[in-house]
Amino acid sequence: MIDILIIGTGGAGLSTALSAKEYGANVLLVGKNYTTNSQTAMAQGGINAPLGNITQDNIQLHIKDTLKSAHGLCDLNMITKMCSNAPDTIKWLDKLGVPFDRTIDNKISQRQLGGASSKRACYAQDYTGLKILHTLYDNCLKNNIEIKDELFLLNLIVENSRVKGATFWDIEKGEVIQINAQNTVIATGGYGAIYKNHTTNANSSTGDGIASVFRAGGKLSDIEFVQFHPTALKHSSILISESARGEGGYLVNSKGERFINELLSRDIVSRAIASEIKKGNDVFLDVRHLGEEKLLKLMPQEVNLARIHEGVDPVTELIPIKPVAHYTMGGIDVNYNLEVNGLTNCYAVGECSNAKIHGANRLGGNSLLEIISMGRFLGQNISQNLSTDKLDISNKQLEIDKEFIQSLFQEYPFELNFYQIYNNLGEKLYKYAGIVRDNNQLNNLLNKIRVIKADIDNMGIKDKNRKHNSNLVNFLEFLNILDISEILVESALIRDESRGAHYKKAYPKEELIYLAHSIFWQEDKTIYNRFEKVKS
Amino acid sequence: MKIKINRDQNLVEYKLPFKSTTLLKALYHIKDYIDPTLTFDSNCRSGICGACAMRVNGKEVLACSHKIDSGDTIEPLKYHKVQKDLKVDKKEVINTLSIATTWLHNQKENATVTPKDIKNSEKQSDCILCHSCYSACPVVEVNPNFIGPFALTRAYRYILDPREEDKKSIIDNIQNNGIWDCTLCGECTAVCPQGINSKMDITMLRSLSTQYGYSDPNFTTMDFGFGGGFS
Repeated sequence: MIDILIIGTGGAGLSTALSAKEYGANVLLVGKNYTTNSQTAMAQGGINAPLGNITQDNIQLHIKDTLKSAHGLCDLNMITKMCSNAPDTIKWLDKLGVPFDRTIDNKISQRQLGGASSKRACYAQDYTGLKILHTLYDNCLKNNIEIKDELFLLNLIVENSRVKGATFWDIEKGEVIQINAQNTVIATGGYGAIYKNHTTNANSSTGDGIASVFRAGGKLSDIEFVQFHPTALKHSSILISESARGEGGYLVNSKGERFINELLSRDIVSRAIASEIKKGNDVFLDVRHLGEEKLLKLMPQEVNLARIHEGVDPVTELIPIKPVAHYTMGGIDVNYNLEVNGLTNCYAVGECSNAKIHGANRLGGNSLLEIISMGRFLGQNISQNLSTDKLDISNKQLEIDKEFIQSLFQEYPFELNFYQIYNNLGEKLYKYAGIVRDNNQLNNLLNKIRVIKADIDNMGIKDKNRKHNSNLVNFLEFLNILDISEILVESALIRDESRGAHYKKAYPKEELIYLAHSIFWQEDKTIYNRFEKVKS
Repeated sequence: MKIKINRDQNLVEYKLPFKSTTLLKALYHIKDYIDPTLTFDSNCRSGICGACAMRVNGKEVLACSHKIDSGDTIEPLKYHKVQKDLKVDKKEVINTLSIATTWLHNQKENATVTPKDIKNSEKQSDCILCHSCYSACPVVEVNPNFIGPFALTRAYRYILDPREEDKKSIIDNIQNNGIWDCTLCGECTAVCPQGINSKMDITMLRSLSTQYGYSDPNFTTMDFGFGGGFS
């Protein structure tokens, strides 16, 4: 039997696999997309490590910055674990062949990102995530790690809270399959794609692993915390990197007036932009004064993206922008070993997990660090504690899932087009569960989501072919999106305060009673929640 | 505008309510509002994940980063098994990376990596594995076992790496169905969305290979009608 089944082939999954293999475990990696088509490739800025190669730095400073950004909603032990491991993580990546940029004295170069008290982010041009991901992939090939692409996670196989593998929809073969494993790792990424058309995230970031853990009785936490990036292109939500403001770009409204110090933190700038938009203004990024030569040298990618996706030329025109969902801090609730709370032999790592590191707001450069350092830790930790128990595994879940998929092909009518409902839901989540929140609007939205859920039987799929059916995969993703959206709105409702990325106009301050994680779980189809005080 | 999409060997025409749009946006419009059965791959929407490569009027593009015109014909990548509509099977082709062994084989202890080293392989490591170059390569048509441009560029990327002590192993693995099969036509370079020059990389690999004692097999077996080539 497989020792470790790793679901998700982004940076977290690949790091876990490489490390597990190094420590002798028998590993299988599976993902719904082709391996390198993951969200990790989109990370541009860098990966934090207090190396002090450019400016004075140390682990304590890195911990302090991360703590500050988390607004208390974190666990010092986890942050310390990650930051202490950061130099070793970079050393490991360097050894695998990641082409990090170098200083003139041949050290790994580092740059400043927002909220950091030193130049701490190691980078590979603007392609840090891409080059890390591809180097990890090359190393998986080198180590003959078995990878199965195009398997869509359906459900965890759980008996008495013990996870024994998972069921999948095999996209290529068009059938439901079961993979048994001693240990299961969820590394499926965040849920930013619930904000359809209003997120920088890849379309696949639909929180599949998070939803499957929830259905299996595991706990989720802090789902209401979503980081919004201030500057995405207005019509396509394509990210325009922070460097545009860092290099001296202005934010202006329809009247051409500047309204905020552009270099403040992401949540503050996002709220200022949202407030302008609410007043009926459009908001633009203005980089014209930098001049064509400088623009093409400093931000060629951004200039190109604006031209293609927005049809404007940043050299001579204003770039229409809006803040959009960028990173989801909440996720699967895990303990110090990244084991899912409420389940055993099931772990979560990367953006899908809430390891209590980013808290109410993530620091730039810490997400890549988390996926690699925690992935390595997890791979090693599980491998060193493998059990040789003989597992008795039934095919009950497989049969349930087969029946459900069969009903999608035979019974669900596609009377309602879920694609249109998803587009509409994305818009509503952005407006009412986005940057600035209000309890009345959240309540209305919660009702709306429940109405959509009650209508599921009238949706379904139009494509009735079994093989390569993206219509079916999209529908299964949509079901996950609905589950997570409902929890997000409910958790935003019960948190009557403002903290980090969660902001309510009626409750503009941090409140001591909410120095607590919002925990959600399900028992017998009923959703429960409670606040759990932050461990001091 | 109107576009035609090659679906299972049939060109199907779609009318779109756009004056100007990226191809990906057009495809999503069709899927969301006209025909949910239309199948294609995409993920990041911003030209970095490599999922949405396909062909417009015969030329490879990333759907997310390409603006279409009325009358355009959209087709899947060539030399890949078409799974459905514009979605192709990339598994077999990606295996060329394993054949070419594109990774660090034997890492030098405490190797010095200079800014110049990083610069030297910067372009090669920009590859997003979209497979556009492979689809554009005419050699694949006559030799389906050809390793192809992206795997060879990746091989070169690791050979350039000062951390690699065993460059010869990679060189050894790109001789058969590799660098000498390329016709240096440059079609791969012309379609790369990242501006990678695989043709140049292959030329460099040839020159490096000669330093390891290899020579162009086409050259040595050439027979100009005098019964034995140049020997």
